[in-house]
Amino acid sequence: MTAADIAAQVLDLVRAGAGSSARAEVMVATTHQALTRFANSFIHQNVADTDTAVRLRVHVNGRTAAGATTLADAGGLRGLVERTLAAAALCPPDPGWPGLAEPAPLAGPAQVDESVLAATPADLAERVRSFVDAAKGLETAGYCRTVHKSATFANSAGQAVTGATTEAALDGIARTGGADGMARLAATGLAALDGAVLGARAAAKARAGMDPVELPPGRYEVVLEATAVADVLRNLAFWGFNGKTYVQRRSFAVLDAAQFDPAVTLVDDPVGTEAFGLPFDAEGTPKRRLVLVDAGVTRIVPHDRRTAAEAGTASTGHALPDGETWGPVPVNLRLLPSPPAGATPGPATGATTGSAATLGAGPAEVDGPAADSDVAALLANVERGLLVTDLWYTRVLDPKTLVMTGLTRNGVWLVEDGAVTRPVRNFRFTQSYPQALGLGAVRGTGRFPVPMPGSWGGERFVPPALHLASWNFTGGASG
Amino acid sequence: MTQFDAATAAVEAALAAGARYADARVMHRRHESMIAHNGEIESLSQDEDAGVGVRALVGSSWGFFAVPELSDAAARAAGARAAQIATASALVPGPAADLAAVPARVDSWSSACERDPLAVPLSEKGDLLVRATAALRDGGADHAEALCQVWDTRKWFVSSEGHRIDQHIRECGAGMSATAIGDGETQRRSYPSYRGQYGTRGWELVDELDLLAHAPRVAAEARALLTAPTCPEGSTTLIVGSEQMALQIHESVGHAIELDRILGWEAAFAGTSWLDLAQLGQLRYGSELMNITIDPTIPGALGSFGYDDEGTPAAARDAVREGTWVGVLAGRDSAAVAGLDYGGSVRADGWARLPMVRMTNVGLRPGPHTLDEMIAATGDGVYMDCNRSWSIDDQRLNFQFGCEVGYEVKDGRLGRMLRNPTYTGIGPVFWRSMDMLSSEVVPWGTPNCGKGQPGQVGHTGHPAAAARFTNVRVGVRG
Repeated sequence: MTAADIAAQVLDLVRAGAGSSARAEVMVATTHQALTRFANSFIHQNVADTDTAVRLRVHVNGRTAAGATTLADAGGLRGLVERTLAAAALCPPDPGWPGLAEPAPLAGPAQVDESVLAATPADLAERVRSFVDAAKGLETAGYCRTVHKSATFANSAGQAVTGATTEAALDGIARTGGADGMARLAATGLAALDGAVLGARAAAKARAGMDPVELPPGRYEVVLEATAVADVLRNLAFWGFNGKTYVQRRSFAVLDAAQFDPAVTLVDDPVGTEAFGLPFDAEGTPKRRLVLVDAGVTRIVPHDRRTAAEAGTASTGHALPDGETWGPVPVNLRLLPSPPAGATPGPATGATTGSAATLGAGPAEVDGPAADSDVAALLANVERGLLVTDLWYTRVLDPKTLVMTGLTRNGVWLVEDGAVTRPVRNFRFTQSYPQALGLGAVRGTGRFPVPMPGSWGGERFVPPALHLASWNFTGGASG
Repeated sequence: MTQFDAATAAVEAALAAGARYADARVMHRRHESMIAHNGEIESLSQDEDAGVGVRALVGSSWGFFAVPELSDAAARAAGARAAQIATASALVPGPAADLAAVPARVDSWSSACERDPLAVPLSEKGDLLVRATAALRDGGADHAEALCQVWDTRKWFVSSEGHRIDQHIRECGAGMSATAIGDGETQRRSYPSYRGQYGTRGWELVDELDLLAHAPRVAAEARALLTAPTCPEGSTTLIVGSEQMALQIHESVGHAIELDRILGWEAAFAGTSWLDLAQLGQLRYGSELMNITIDPTIPGALGSFGYDDEGTPAAARDAVREGTWVGVLAGRDSAAVAGLDYGGSVRADGWARLPMVRMTNVGLRPGPHTLDEMIAATGDGVYMDCNRSWSIDDQRLNFQFGCEVGYEVKDGRLGRMLRNPTYTGIGPVFWRSMDMLSSEVVPWGTPNCGKGQPGQVGHTGHPAAAARFTNVRVGVRG
């Protein structure tokens, strides 16, 4: 059976079991994933799996329930429908049911590179070997992965859409003398991943990070590399630009308020050239490009159908599977880069601007510790501050103000008068992310956004490096 | 075709494709989740998945492949594919892999269960959560949330060494939280912890929680936190409640003693460990009150099982004895690399994931005191409980944890409630400062331990009791 056949059969079974007034939506999703993991400079875990999941949500007689199964044969589908209908019958009423997505066309095709599906374990292992070799004897660890996801959605209101998406990612560290360096990149296809370039970058950072000194905690000017800025975007997305936290007044977001520096424009771009994800959400609503923050002003918060109904607006196509728990989250968030010298910034509502693709050549490699020439250019304007490669284990202390705590990782350096002067031991920080990007806080934005893979898959944050006026480091490595 | 037949076919195919060792797990898992918000059911989901995962060792390299089909052909194809992947691993080869010896076992095991949680009517579960959240709202919560979850897992494990083990593990639990929204901040109180309490037990666990009885107090505390004074900054004597102690053990002991981390296998993601195997048996981890066990045999605890996912029978082992580090969480391959003779702590999050070193039940043995005695013996300090945030470095040394609620301790009594309590420290320094430990141990369950790539969620248990620590930095804020 094709995915469309499975979806149609499930809708038929729901009608047969609960009558034509029953409302139902079905997603049939197949994921092929391969991940080659290395540590101590050899491949120690190498995995792949194929998974087809059928997810059903029904609304019958005012009551709602959902279920899923990987048993896609006739018996499995019948069991899914019977179980879900029985659950709905026993549930309390759902007065907040927002109805089904009406038929609507997709905004565009998703980003698919067929080479991902054709990739062999040897293809991934070759990239790992390039990374390891480029580190020239330094101890290395990391992964190379490919993901191909395809899905068909159908509901009893007549919406029927299908799509696919691919991702390839390489993420690794090199280590020497107690210092770690890191390089990380995501793309639509494997061809964009050059293990030798990334391995050399990680090794250069590691070598430049040896014999670090411990500096006192306090507020420091910082340049966050794209790998660190991705964490800022992730937490802004999950805690702030989230329709559920917004309608429950747990988000910092205030519409039409100047909450950020004018240099900050945030766009969720799930159908752009660097996006990862299906072109429709878990409720079948087509995804589209959304400007969340335009030159520092918060303009919109993403919604699914339920939070949109509560907010008195329309879904923006951000429903996640089982999204009732997390709420709708913009998982293709981009921080727009600064325009090239002499260029006029493009409109945030226009086509994707400022990406490495549209700017032509990407940033040049440098011999560490800065990741590339784009980062190095930001460092030139730092009087006394820190270059931060990565943020680690960040957790929210207060969701409303989005005060986070976490640690630096994979390389920190002191920067004085525009030059890197010495490696520094890791810090703990306690910092409000919106405040760090607030009015007057952004001193510079890189020109090249870098696509970053999500730790748990399904997300793609695309930031350039950032030069910020202040970051609150509250503890050193020794406490 | 039985599940054992499918697993056997997968192993045979992996061996035929060149593997020198192979194992396979067929799993059938059901998960039910119900969430209520402000007196209404917000979501109800019932998921089911089944498939086979095969692990093959070719030369010194591993390969793993999984499919959601259990036909003979699909299982054999999966076995062959796992061996092919292992062969590709040899492009970047490592030292020769070996496996710590485990006698082949043929057995069947089930967790104890008085009341099958999947058989409890949804209407009963829904009524409980609706009434709990309504009571929280009545008590002053702006947002009242309650949830319950059930997992019903059946596994059939076969190895090329002759293992043939089936297990049936039932887990469930529930919890609730109240959030109060103030001017520019939110405050939350939960019972019995933010995500609830879980175990390898039946619905009797949820009945014993008695959510409704605690709802008025929880809601009132959330509201009171909005106007409570902020936890002061400084170094002081800290009494940590048992729920927060479970988190403290999990993050600063459990992960640190994972052998795969110690060996560098998680260096790029989860991180390594500050522990050095050369110091096993000698390193002073904490004070003499610190006795940590690795014990998957505890009846009803969330990290309990009959056999781990390599077929090693569950057995208790000391990790820290009277303050000295003496044991690790290990698997058969990591144990062989380290020269140890035991594994037993390897599990996978479903059939589609590679088994890896995971915590089982890692917890404290009871101490000689009570919480009341600790408070009475403290002239000036802070008491904190119920985890709100957690962050720790990639070596499991430098931590900063936040709790939902704190209280001043003055002259042997609890004083004012404190909001936004946090504490920070370096693991071994902190543990060495533990000078009182309660005997009132609770087997807390953590159903959300993330590790591995692709990501896996593990279920772990943490017997924990309140404890007192000296010279701890508290009140860190941004």
